[in-house]
Amino acid sequence: MIIQSCPIPKFNFEMISLGHGSGGQLTQQLLKSGVFEVLKNDILDQQHDGAFFRLTGAVAFSTDSYVISPIFFPGGNIGDLAVNGTVNDLAMCGSCPKYLSLAFIIEEGLLMEKFWQVLVRIKEAAERANVQIVTGDTKVVEKGKGDQLFINTSGIGLIHPKAQIHHNHIVPGDQIIISGNIATHGIAIMSVRKGLEFETTIQSDTINLNHTTAKLLDGFGNAIKFFRDPTRGGLASVLNEVAAVTHWGYDIDQQLIPIEEQVEGACELLGLDPLYVANEGIFVAIVQKEAAGDFLELLRLDANGRNAAIIGAVTCEHPGKVVMKSRIGGRRIVTPLTGEQLPRIC
Amino acid sequence: MKYLSEYRNPGLVQQYLEEIQRITTKTWTLMEICGGQTHSLVKNGILEMLPSQITMVHGPGCPVCVTSTDVIDEAIYLAQQPNVILCSFGDMLRVPGSKKSLLEIKAEGGDVRLLYSPLEAVLLAKDHPNKEVVFFAVGFETTAPANALSVVQAHKMGVQNYSILASHVLVPPAMEAILEDEENRINAFLAAGHVCTIMGLEAYEPIARKFKIPIVVTGFEPVDLLQGILMAILQLETGVHKVENQYARAVQRAGNLVAKQTINTVFEISDRKWRGIGTISQSGYEVKQQYRQFNARLKFNLHLPQTEEIGDCISGDIMKGRKKPFQCPNFGSNCKPDTPIGAPMVSSEGACAAYYHYATTLKQVSKTKI
Repeated sequence: MIIQSCPIPKFNFEMISLGHGSGGQLTQQLLKSGVFEVLKNDILDQQHDGAFFRLTGAVAFSTDSYVISPIFFPGGNIGDLAVNGTVNDLAMCGSCPKYLSLAFIIEEGLLMEKFWQVLVRIKEAAERANVQIVTGDTKVVEKGKGDQLFINTSGIGLIHPKAQIHHNHIVPGDQIIISGNIATHGIAIMSVRKGLEFETTIQSDTINLNHTTAKLLDGFGNAIKFFRDPTRGGLASVLNEVAAVTHWGYDIDQQLIPIEEQVEGACELLGLDPLYVANEGIFVAIVQKEAAGDFLELLRLDANGRNAAIIGAVTCEHPGKVVMKSRIGGRRIVTPLTGEQLPRIC
Repeated sequence: MKYLSEYRNPGLVQQYLEEIQRITTKTWTLMEICGGQTHSLVKNGILEMLPSQITMVHGPGCPVCVTSTDVIDEAIYLAQQPNVILCSFGDMLRVPGSKKSLLEIKAEGGDVRLLYSPLEAVLLAKDHPNKEVVFFAVGFETTAPANALSVVQAHKMGVQNYSILASHVLVPPAMEAILEDEENRINAFLAAGHVCTIMGLEAYEPIARKFKIPIVVTGFEPVDLLQGILMAILQLETGVHKVENQYARAVQRAGNLVAKQTINTVFEISDRKWRGIGTISQSGYEVKQQYRQFNARLKFNLHLPQTEEIGDCISGDIMKGRKKPFQCPNFGSNCKPDTPIGAPMVSSEGACAAYYHYATTLKQVSKTKI
């Protein structure tokens, strides 16, 4: 559908070369070959060194760099990931994302066709999230000095008038809610990583969550103490981070954590613990106990929250630690991730 | 998940626990051989569910943990050679040798690659005819067939620039070494299901007879482990000592004949130095003479000086079942997965890493500084 609305234009060059990042004529050639056209909006069209706009009220500001390998994966590519990632970071702050910057670091030799596919995904993701890309940059590095394409996006969002998100507000009894199935993104990437390719229909869950969190903030305001998207390091890392800063204990129940069977099977096969596998399209919320039931009900009505579940609660016991009840009824500590998760060797 | 969820059934787990409780009249110490079993026991919280009369001690079945610093130094030496691509399974990269780890060599520019199969390394060699590709072949009997097959494959394909640095270790000689130790207090073994899938049961029968010790070949899921424990306790309580097979869905008495044949084609049994334990006679595999061109030690004429192991690690005591990770003064303070002093803190199958990651009871949590 998107491809139809943004057909690949005819380029007079097949691949990106060092000169396209020089700032000179070739850079203009690259930008005018369709980049400006695809990302078109009033602010970008001013073509200044930076963007001019007015904002009123408290703002959230966030930045992230995207170095994913491979850059194309089931369910998306580095383009939508770079938009959704920063949009979601802003949403997790309790803000409504408005404007993004977009910077490319391109390894020379990247085919224009691939670059175009990334641009199209960027456009689509920005439209879906209702954000504008208002400033940007393009650099090209020599062959071998990058890995096809790196992207940085930064973003600004207006804090939702009802948002009171701060981990200091968390108290024992608050409920821990996850908005969807865990470990999907990480396993989708692993399934296409060189040397590991395995057949699966698992797709990355990369998606913008800002409309979902805005709706929840409209409904529950200060009952929501905490939002965080468990990207790198997975659910275990988010819970450990919040446990460390609040000094409360966090109890979760393995039986209640939603995970797609196929993803769980792949984790078994690869020797990975799904609690530590990366996600892109879900978030953890910590919500006042009295509001948690209604919060979950509203979340489940949203397309991004169909599999949402209450997975545990904050407790005074074992301060600073995350403890999980296993499926068979045992208990264990969930520690922060150390190093990188590596597949088993025997 | 079919064939997994059945073995994680909370109802069955409860039944086995009750039965173990019912038949246990004395205190018993059991050793599970394999690090995979250790992790499952700790990760599922089984250690704290068992009756207090039963103590589980954690055996040497973690290939990363028992690989000697000498061999890691050999791998590091090879990785530092400009023309060599050194390939390894992931866990080996972080284990410290006498001075550095392979991960540090990689950061310094050594061509160290993490692979998932030795056959990939053969293809890598084919694709890089001007490089020497060495596969760091560690592991117990379980990984030996695939490593042997890579040599057979390279031979068939005429790939000359491939070799393996073999550091295979064998379970039965290690069990005997543990049982012969003066301080041994182990009453029964849970033998490693995956090793026995390859090798079968027969090698364990003389050990059970000689040392009058029950050996139950056991799987890795909660129900497997509890059933294995129950079978071992039942033998102990009734004064029996024999080899039994809990993991019959994977293990046949004779093992996997094709895999064993492949091992025998490429490898011969040799002495092997175990990290933390020392040299155990006839406890490893080395590449046979007729495949010597694939033996990295001969190809690169490796004669590195033997090194002393780092003194602060009590891995030998842990792998012989004498001590628990919590009893190490460095556990959780100077020795953590990010800054390991010894290998059991590195490997995904090491006992120290299991305790660090999944410390089972809240009592233990308060004792650890994690």
